[in-house]
Amino acid sequence: MAEVTAKKVLFEPIFNNNPIALQILGICSALAVTSSLSVTMVMCISVIAVTAFSNLFVSVVRSQIPNSIRIIVQMTIIASLVIVVDQILRAYAYEISKQLSVFVGLIITNCIVMGRAEGFAMQNGPWLSFLDGIGNGLGYSVMLIVLAFVRELLGSGSLFGVTILPVVNDGGWYVPNGLLLLPPSAFFIIGLSIWGLRSWKSDQVEEPDYRLSRQTTKEAF
Amino acid sequence: MAKKKETVTRTVIVALALCIVCSVVVSSAAVLLKPAQVTNRNLDMKTNILAAAGMLEPGTTPQEIEEQFQKFDVKLVDLDSGTYVDPSSLGLKDPMKYDQYKAASDPDMSESLSSSEDIAGIKRQADIAKVFVLKEDGKLKRVVLPIHGYGLWSTLYGFVSLEGDANTIEGLGFYQQAETPGLGGEVDNPKWKALWVGKQVYGPDLEEPQIQLVKGGVGPNAKDKEHKVDALSGATLTSRGVQHLVNFWMSERGFAPYLKKLREGEV
Repeated sequence: MAEVTAKKVLFEPIFNNNPIALQILGICSALAVTSSLSVTMVMCISVIAVTAFSNLFVSVVRSQIPNSIRIIVQMTIIASLVIVVDQILRAYAYEISKQLSVFVGLIITNCIVMGRAEGFAMQNGPWLSFLDGIGNGLGYSVMLIVLAFVRELLGSGSLFGVTILPVVNDGGWYVPNGLLLLPPSAFFIIGLSIWGLRSWKSDQVEEPDYRLSRQTTKEAF
Repeated sequence: MAKKKETVTRTVIVALALCIVCSVVVSSAAVLLKPAQVTNRNLDMKTNILAAAGMLEPGTTPQEIEEQFQKFDVKLVDLDSGTYVDPSSLGLKDPMKYDQYKAASDPDMSESLSSSEDIAGIKRQADIAKVFVLKEDGKLKRVVLPIHGYGLWSTLYGFVSLEGDANTIEGLGFYQQAETPGLGGEVDNPKWKALWVGKQVYGPDLEEPQIQLVKGGVGPNAKDKEHKVDALSGATLTSRGVQHLVNFWMSERGFAPYLKKLREGEV
């Protein structure tokens, strides 16, 4: 990262350095909370808030943090923020917090939050770190929303709970794809979208770890 | 500065200061938001009860839910004898405060079930249950009973509402379950729940619960069709779980003694 500008920090993670598609972080929660869009939206907002504020606070105290306990300090800040977010959801969005259940708590273990605190906020000022948190949260959200869109539309025939494709069980014509309601289906969609993204931005394609060298000796036939 | 911050004293001070700040933030958030959370939880339970009783229209406001719920008498029932228990004997002012599922894990307030009795797969059963009674002009109109039991992956928690004869099912709903989405998860489907309306729990002798979930649908001429409900397709084990848990809670071990008393007007 040669120069760090606010705009770059905010928008780079959305497509060019997407935490899920390029850094392959935060997959676990992406599988678990994407079977309906409204739940996903709340999860996205929670993650954006936690990443942004944990980055901000870590950055504010970064010069005070002794190196030997820096990971624990980051974890404590992140964990406190997650508990606060969880409490707020239980107070003001009870239905959705019931559906998210443990996954709000598990934001603590989301590698994106920790990764940004350690990788960015420890070296940069509070304002930039805050934007970086929002940017990475947005990158995560874009991917989650794509997943949830596909899964809810094809899995339950609805978007935000509003019926788009009337399903057979309710007297419609659409036979929903049950696989898409189960977590593993998110793997397929993540895989396909990474393929799509890398075909569009081919600089994201990783160098192969090794190449087969040309065969030099002739073998018996 | 870079050198100085690595000393042991400093590390301890930073760690302590951080812990204090974070704990203050977390605990004040918890305390400040507690009232709103409790209101939500109670409202959620009342919504579930009204939904099971079929008294919930879509788009009902919280005030209307409270109003509707006021019509119910909340009672605590001793399951063995089928009589009401005074909440003050449990040290409670408000029967709403009694938590049956918490009591089920307290050895003083519950009994463990032998595996032959435990068809619902709940292992322990509280001695006292919380029921919701609706009377009109002194006559029983409906009674809503809590039920729970094991399905395929999860314990299903719900309510069943019976009509004034304490036999005919008026509605049934589960508010917490984690069965397979699209298969067993269809226990939440309103169309399936509607199949339960009007079914009879007990036979003419009003002794043993007779509910059955059957494959292939219940035709208009099926034998015992008043006890039979179409099972969920692709969810044999969830259906079996639902059948067992309804029968368990309607049996002698469950609410049968209470319902008998209720029918005879003794309670």
